[in-house]
Amino acid sequence: MKTDICIIGAGPVGLFAVFEAGLLKMRCHLVDVLPQIGGQLSEIYPKKPIYDIPGFPEIKAGELVSNLAQQIEPFRPGFTLGEKVTTVLRKDDGAFEVTTSEGTVIISKVIVIAGGLGCFEPRKPEIEHLEKFEGKGIIYFVKDPDSLRGKKLVITGGGDSALDWTIHLASVAKHLTLIHRNETFRGAPDSAEKVFELARAGKIDLLLSASLKGVSGNGHLAAVSCIDAEKRERIIDSDYLIPLFGLSPKLGPIGDWGLSQDKNAIPVNTIDYSTNIPGIYAIGDINTYPGKLKLILSGFHEAALMAQSAFRFVYPDQKLSFKYTTVNGVNAF
Amino acid sequence: MISFEVLQGNGARRLIEVPEDMNLSLMEVLKASEYPIEATCGGIALCATCYVEVLQGGDELDGPADPELDMLDTLPSATAQSRLACQIKINPKLQDAVLRLK
Repeated sequence: MKTDICIIGAGPVGLFAVFEAGLLKMRCHLVDVLPQIGGQLSEIYPKKPIYDIPGFPEIKAGELVSNLAQQIEPFRPGFTLGEKVTTVLRKDDGAFEVTTSEGTVIISKVIVIAGGLGCFEPRKPEIEHLEKFEGKGIIYFVKDPDSLRGKKLVITGGGDSALDWTIHLASVAKHLTLIHRNETFRGAPDSAEKVFELARAGKIDLLLSASLKGVSGNGHLAAVSCIDAEKRERIIDSDYLIPLFGLSPKLGPIGDWGLSQDKNAIPVNTIDYSTNIPGIYAIGDINTYPGKLKLILSGFHEAALMAQSAFRFVYPDQKLSFKYTTVNGVNAF
Repeated sequence: MISFEVLQGNGARRLIEVPEDMNLSLMEVLKASEYPIEATCGGIALCATCYVEVLQGGDELDGPADPELDMLDTLPSATAQSRLACQIKINPKLQDAVLRLK
């Protein structure tokens, strides 16, 4: 599909960018890895009140998202949700070709990165030779439980996903060991109780107060070593190691597009929040500049200035004249 | 003024002094002191990129609340001394503490 501006990230700032672009007659398409709009506001704290949105003494995060959705509705933005942007290429005519994890292709004149904290990627244990076995026995997501049938598995972690997968895979695996750092689990008590039962029944090995030490194998993972509660090293024969330590925000594929980076953020020019690549802007929590404040209201301001600057890429032959909404109203597409 | 000591992975030690009445978190002070702390989430106990080991004085501090414990639990290398700096307020309980950064 084709659009004027492809906005990566459908959080509050990405949504408001549609409004500012729309006032200047630029069409937008939003892409977000999450299945719904709103970013952190919807995913993490929809019921929490926010007190620093101008004009709203108090507004719940979820309501702010609904309001923004209503505000941009006249500009008919497109949405690709639940997909991660993986590659960005510049075509010969200067346009960008944005491709997602699911193979969706979006052609746009401008890219606006409003990616917030970035993509949430699996947190990795800090042990040697980890990378050597990634995809060769070390997996961070269980996509196909059947592929683990009859295998020797080691799961590490103590949260809900570690507990849930231990319960699920106990009957699938030939042998399953769960390694957890503490003596108790912070995951759901029901799940924790089931895991203790599996261990008592001898269906799994449960190593508590234990920590992962190393991995070894010849090409493919063959063994995992850990330090047990008695501080002894144990070697566990294993076909697969599944570290489940939750997700951590990273820039993700954005880091591979040739943009400058500074501590997981994208440096921008505060004149228009442009990045080092002409035609690519970064607004909201994902950018950085001297004096940066990670506030929604700062992101809104950045969106307005971005739109003024992006205009010259979308309408290179037109002169931009600034108009207040009180004068011109909102002219829907 | 509150003073505490910060050790870095490379062995560097430094005494940090900070006024206690500025309502800052330890994470904010460490960032302002130009330590390489990401604090990606901005201080809402969400990313665990500001974690520190409290080598001395940990018992004096207010204990971690649930959101912090949940986050610490996801850190592969966390120990009983690990804390999220964003959840530690700068107050007299931090006096003479010794912290180690990754």
